[in-house]
Order: sequence, then structure tokens, then C-alpha cells
Amino acid sequence: MSTTTTMTHDHEPDGNGQPPRPVSPRRRTPGVGPGERAISFLNGGFLLFWALVTTLPLLWAMLSSFKTNGEFRTDPMGLPSGLEWDNFARAWSAANIGQYFLNSIIVISMSLTLTMLFGSMGAYVLARYDFPGNRLVYYVFVAGLVLPVFLALVPMFFVVRETGELPLIGPMLGLNSYLSLALVYVAFSMPFTVFFLTAFFRTLPSSVSEAAIMDGCSHFRLFFTIMLPMAKPGIVSLALFNFLGHWNQYVLPLVIMQDGDKRVLAQGLGTLAANTGFRADWTALFAGLVIALLPVLIVYILFQKQVQAGLTGGVLK
Amino acid sequence: MTLTEPAGAAPAEETRRQRTQRTRSRSPMKRGMYPFILTFLLPPVGIYALYMLSPYIQAIYISFTDWSGLTTDFNVIGFDNYVELWNDDQIWTALRNNLILLVFAPVLTLLLGLFFASMLNVGGKRRGVAVQGVRGSSIYRIVYFFPQVLSVVIVGIVFKYVFAPESAGGILNSLFSFIGLDGLTQLWLGEPSYLIWIVLLVMTWSFVGFYVVLFSAAMQSIPKEIYEAALLDGSTRFTTFRRVTLPLVWDTVQVGWVYMAIQAMDGFAFVHIMLGVHGGVDGAGDVLGVAIYREAFSNNDFGYASSIGVLMLVLTMTIAVLFMRIMRRERVELA
Repeated sequence: MSTTTTMTHDHEPDGNGQPPRPVSPRRRTPGVGPGERAISFLNGGFLLFWALVTTLPLLWAMLSSFKTNGEFRTDPMGLPSGLEWDNFARAWSAANIGQYFLNSIIVISMSLTLTMLFGSMGAYVLARYDFPGNRLVYYVFVAGLVLPVFLALVPMFFVVRETGELPLIGPMLGLNSYLSLALVYVAFSMPFTVFFLTAFFRTLPSSVSEAAIMDGCSHFRLFFTIMLPMAKPGIVSLALFNFLGHWNQYVLPLVIMQDGDKRVLAQGLGTLAANTGFRADWTALFAGLVIALLPVLIVYILFQKQVQAGLTGGVLK
Repeated sequence: MTLTEPAGAAPAEETRRQRTQRTRSRSPMKRGMYPFILTFLLPPVGIYALYMLSPYIQAIYISFTDWSGLTTDFNVIGFDNYVELWNDDQIWTALRNNLILLVFAPVLTLLLGLFFASMLNVGGKRRGVAVQGVRGSSIYRIVYFFPQVLSVVIVGIVFKYVFAPESAGGILNSLFSFIGLDGLTQLWLGEPSYLIWIVLLVMTWSFVGFYVVLFSAAMQSIPKEIYEAALLDGSTRFTTFRRVTLPLVWDTVQVGWVYMAIQAMDGFAFVHIMLGVHGGVDGAGDVLGVAIYREAFSNNDFGYASSIGVLMLVLTMTIAVLFMRIMRRERVELA
């Protein structure tokens, strides 16, 4: 990915923007002519068009979050006359987005940690140790990649409800529990995490681990002090992948977090959108949308190379 | 990394002798291996089995019952749910919509993705022998990809209001009125025959950028010399694309196709947010995922919902197997 940006400006025309014309027909390079230039122009037009198609709806949503409800209805295309910060206040407290935001952070801090820890543990063992049943466990994980989540929804609801009846740990689990939702995220992230990290652990050199074992290092220490740090690049890109996946998850919390106060952000926003039709507080909805969008935008701008590589690389491996 | 040095630096013979000596007594690699493997596998396998695998297995059983989900007792009713499924017009609508998405979403998304990716990477001015991307291609890539990191919920809400009537802030209709095309204004989400196509457009909108980046990465790895040779031979843009670029990124296109097909079988969040739990006007925009959710959690018919789920499983598996067979055949032909 690092080479992508450097190649673009090498042969741009000089300052006045006019490409130098070929001196004589004999020195003319193939493919450069008025027709070519027209195609180039057209290409630029298409690219710009799609950039606008991508950004304008989002820009419009952001502008709408600063309007009054009256402006939103009567002048949807105009700029807001002032900055209605009150929209954000209403979204944050009255529409409960603040609570949802907190819920999302609680759930994700648990689910992301556990996914990466358990995922790398499982993947490491499957990648580096030969034992009976290794392939079987691996394929059971990978099979999860093609199972449609919707088939599991109904029984998963009951499994989660039943875990609430367990002695001792029951009160922490069950429906409307942060831990339950986090564990469900972990389970549904396992197939891809194990699949991806197994491939990654296989690429690490085996001489290191052999040497460490020779020196009397235990398997546990080998993993936590040597192999895990070595796998950092793979773990980081997969953690970004899982962060976005968990942050944006919609259908799983819809089933498990049915209590209004326990909703996570994407789910809460969806419910808010469904109810906005009656209350007609559109701008608070858009303010909530911007609040939900900002963390993702920040993560994306800071790590856009890694995010792109993580999301697309996952498909290819 | 520092630990490699002692192993590599030590005379090879000595290490080998040490190793064989230890193997004879007991391999150090094997020492404490099984307790370790068990400890490491138990948490991931346990959580995966409890929350993901066991629901799938139970779902198939539940699909043969009349369980409402509200009571603990239920009857096994054999294939009754499946017979009901066959006679349920709403399910046929949902199935038809999923198939529309399955056919058109990958075609549309991958074509646009290939088009923009080739513009960005090899579509620049062709001066001299260098083949280059257009100016600002890295910025285009950042912008195009952004919808992919957004929650589907956000995308759904934004487009629900893009297509809303003018009196509810619908920006598309306002835009048409503004440029004088009043005739094109519509109650977009009020017309049953439009619904699934609108979902298709929104889905395409959010996935094109992903494929632009995916295909860009594949095109970047094509050696420049090939393009230079094609250029010197006087090959046109289109020929270069068809004869050089496309064959060399074909593997990526195939993988992308499978991934998009899986996405097309979903569509839950788009439909649920934009059209609601009943799939919009007359249920015309329904998809199977929404039907399952509705039957289970609005209509309390868990048995029936599970049978729709099984239908979806069969469909997904069929597609996966079909794809694998097609791909294998193609690979054989190429070899």
C-alpha cells in the first residue's frame, strides 16, 4: 500500500497546466491525441461524480444536524442559518444517545479484548501445534464463516436467556446483560478471527519458538512474551476489523438488548429513527447520527491505510 | 526476534546433537503440550460452541415444532412449517427480493468497482511510456471507501431521508424540484415496485468503495512493464483493460463476487431501517432476514421463523457449493 501515493504525480504537466505538445508526428507517443484527452477528461468527470455521490448525502446529514426542525422541513438543501447545538443536547440526553454511547463502549471494551485474546490463543494452537483433532477444530471454526446469522437468532435468544438462570454467574449473564452481548460478539467473531490469525501465525518463523523451548521456556510464556508480540501487525489489523464490526453491529443487540436503557449505539439510533416519524424531531436524530459517526470517522482518518488493508486483506486470505 | 540469534549462531552440529539427545529422552516441544493446548482451546471453543454452534443445531429442531417462544411446552409438528412456508406469499416476495439482490448487487458493485479502480490506477494521462493513475487518486480512495466503515444503520437512516417526501426533508425530491425536474419527484418509499431497487442502490452505494480499494491493491501488483509493452504496441485503453488488467485481477474479482453474494443474502439492516419490520408498503421490500426477525420477535412464532432460517441456510449453502464448483472448473480449464 505504501507505493500507491507516490506514483501519481510523477509525470504531471508543468505549472501552467498545459501538456507540452508533441513536436513532430514521428516523436508522437502512441495513445496521446485529442481523443485520448477527451477520455481523460471524461474519466475525471466520472471519478468526481462518484466522489460527490459518496460525500453529499453524508455532508447533508451533517448539515442537517445543525438546523432547526423548521429549516430541515422547509429548506432541506440550504445551509443552516445558525448552529443549533441544542440538537446535540437533545440527542445526547432526551433521546438517550449518551447512554447508548456508553453502553457501546462498555460492550466493545469487553468483546474486543476477549475476541482478540481468545481468537489469537485458539489460532496459535491450531497453527503451531500438531495434535489429533487439530484439523477438525479448525474446520468447525471456519464453517461458521458461511452460516447465515439469522438462522441462529431464535435459539441464541433462548441460550442467552437460559444462561441467566445459571447458579452464581447467572445474574451477570442472561438477556440485557453487557457481558452476554459481548460473549455473543466474541462467538460470532471467532470464525473469521481464527481463520485469519491461523494463517498469520503460520507465517512466523519456527526457529524462534524452538530455540525458546530449548532454553526451557514454557509454552505459556512462549506465547505471551514472544509469539504474541511477533504477531502484532496481524492482530492490529484484525482488531480494527473487529472494532468496526462490533461498533456497527445491529441485529445481535436487537435480539439480546431488549431493555430500552441497555441498547447499544447503532441499535438505539435505529429505534430513534423508527420513532422519529411520530415526534418529528428530525434534527435531533441527525445530531445523534453525527455523534455515532464521529468515532468511526476519527478512527478511519487516523488509521485509513490499516483499515483499508485490514478490511480488504481479510477477504483475500 | 533476539532469540533467533543464539540458535542461528551456535554451530549447527552441536544444536542438532543436543536436540536428538533430548528427543530420545523426551522432546521438549512435547513437554506440557497437552495441558497447554487444552487451556488455550477451551475458552474460544467453549464460547463459540455455546453461543454460535449450538443455536444452529437447535434451530433445525425448532423448525419442526409449533413453539411460540412464550411458553415452555410445544408440539413437534413435522413438516407443517415448511408446508406453510411454501404457501406463504410473503416468503416468496422475500425470496424473490433476496434473489434480485443476489444477482444485481454483485454485478453492479463489482463493475463499478473495477471501473473506478482502473481509472484510479491506470487511467491517468498516457504520456511517454509511463502508465499512471489520475491526480489525487489516493484522496479518491479515502473518500470512496468511507461508507464501508459506517454502520449500516447510519447509511439506512441517511437514505431513508434522502428518499423521503419533500415535506419530511427528502433531499432527492428537493434536488429534482430545484433543477426543474419536478416530473421526477416521487414518493420513492411509497411505491411498492421501487422498494427493493432502492435497497439495491443503497447497498451498492455503500460497497463500491470497498471494491475500489480491493481491486486497486490487485492492480498495483501488476508489473508496470506489461502496461508499457501494451502501450508501445498501440493498444487502446479498453483493450488494455480487457486483455491485461482484467485477466490479472480475475482471482480477486471472483473472491469479491462471493463476498458480495453473502452480503446480498443479508440486507437485514438496510430493509429494517429504511422500510421497517414489515418490509415497507405491502411488504414489497421484504427480505428473508427481516421475515425471520418479524416472525420470531413480533409474531411470536419461533418454529416458523426457524423454518425460514433453514430455508436461508439451504440457499446459502447451495450458492457456496455452486461457486466452488464453478471456480474449480475454471481453474482446471486455465491449467
